Amino acid sequence: MMGWLTPEVIDVLIAVGQAVVILLGGVLLGAVMTVVERRLLGLWQDRYGPNRVGPFGSLQLVADMIKIFFKEDWIPPFADRKLFVLAPAIAMASLLLSFMVIPITPGWGVADLNIGLLFFFAMAGINVYAVLFGGWSSGNKYALIGAMRASAQTLSYEVFMGLSLMGVVAMAGSFNMREIVAAQEGLWFIVPQFFGFCTFLIAGIAVTHRHPFDQPEAEQELADGYHVEYSSMKFGMFFIGEYVGMVLVSALIVTLFFGGWHGPWLPPFIWFALKTGAFLCLFILLRASLPRPRYDRVMSFGWKICLPLTLINLLATGAVILLTSAS
Amino acid sequence: MELAFYLSGLVAVLATLGVVTGTNAVHALLYLIVSLIAVAIVFFALGAPFAGALEIIVYAGAIMVLFVFVVMILNLGQGAAEQERIWLKAQTWVGPSILAAVLLGVLVITLWRGNTGLVIEGETLTAKAVGATLFGPWIIVVELAAMLLLAALVTASHVGRLPSATSGEHSGGDQ
Repeated sequence: MMGWLTPEVIDVLIAVGQAVVILLGGVLLGAVMTVVERRLLGLWQDRYGPNRVGPFGSLQLVADMIKIFFKEDWIPPFADRKLFVLAPAIAMASLLLSFMVIPITPGWGVADLNIGLLFFFAMAGINVYAVLFGGWSSGNKYALIGAMRASAQTLSYEVFMGLSLMGVVAMAGSFNMREIVAAQEGLWFIVPQFFGFCTFLIAGIAVTHRHPFDQPEAEQELADGYHVEYSSMKFGMFFIGEYVGMVLVSALIVTLFFGGWHGPWLPPFIWFALKTGAFLCLFILLRASLPRPRYDRVMSFGWKICLPLTLINLLATGAVILLTSAS
Repeated sequence: MELAFYLSGLVAVLATLGVVTGTNAVHALLYLIVSLIAVAIVFFALGAPFAGALEIIVYAGAIMVLFVFVVMILNLGQGAAEQERIWLKAQTWVGPSILAAVLLGVLVITLWRGNTGLVIEGETLTAKAVGATLFGPWIIVVELAAMLLLAALVTASHVGRLPSATSGEHSGGDQ
């Protein structure tokens, strides 16, 4: 018996198991973040937040899930049905696929791609369509304005998001995420690539359209923007997708600038989780403390400050690398 | 790899047919995006992952977004789809199809003569190799393209300028 259980099959099974665990972990963490965010917002804004369901509001997530699953899944008659259904799936899938390239610990991770970082950029590029198609297919003018804002903002910020990470790539000499983490063994890239870190953080917030870059869904002006016509789990996928994006950007920042799993005393996974958690809190703290800037200022800030900054950073990094490698 | 190559090639061909025959502009663009992603996977299968990733980032992720953006603003309704259907008569598409079929025949014959099997299982090109080629033998072409793009950028920025911004009074970003 068990003759088919050769070492290769076991390796495949372990790899598939890891992939499934990382996928479910990403989704679950995204879902849990919805409640954590509201509790933390309550804490920072001097109010309670959801604390009724279960001890300290810990079962709020379950209540929310039951509610969102049992709501009527309504497609407006004036909507473009195919795209309307497709858009939330793109929102969720493109972000979840990006978790593939993140190395969590030396032994954990799904794919060890040579072009790991570029894969993330590609998925972030495809993610724009979720908002764009969702907003257009709704047949609603607020949704369309939200979608247009979102696509313009994401395109502008993706330009320098790519450039902000090229300094890291140049220093590590590879697009491979594991090699980037390995290159940070002595010194985390936050020190030599501080401006790269700042611009990537800003771009990451803008690309996941989190506050203060949430103009696409500004409720005061647009009544929730691109997902105003969505209900039930289709809305849920946009909603959870945003938090999954938050987790993804936090994990990327940790991998690219804060040494990934490196750290003294504690096991690698704990270090990775702690660092990622810290950035998730930073995302929420930004939402709790910053007002939302005007849309045209967001755009001009991206093009006139961040883009030149990343270019200068890349130029300086290249010069330093050439100088040190020559000697 | 060979299976991935042929499968994604088939997807690319079918999706491109969908682009041509589709009557709804946004749906046709969606097919075009699928086609571009399929071509990117063809690049992966050919051992050029860098080109494949750039295909998705630049074409599917940036250029097509602008296409979709513009088509959405145009707000083409049912009338546009009707007109599209009228234009898709046999007498309109037979001529170009025959010419395209001749080109396809030439391509197939060329591929038949060459050794395609070697290409699919070829070695993987790294990003470093691509960069070294671009900034080595092709440096002049790269620099010329950069100048052309810069000129286009300056022109677009000048054309798109608001009349109030040319007076240069409000440098603080007011409207």
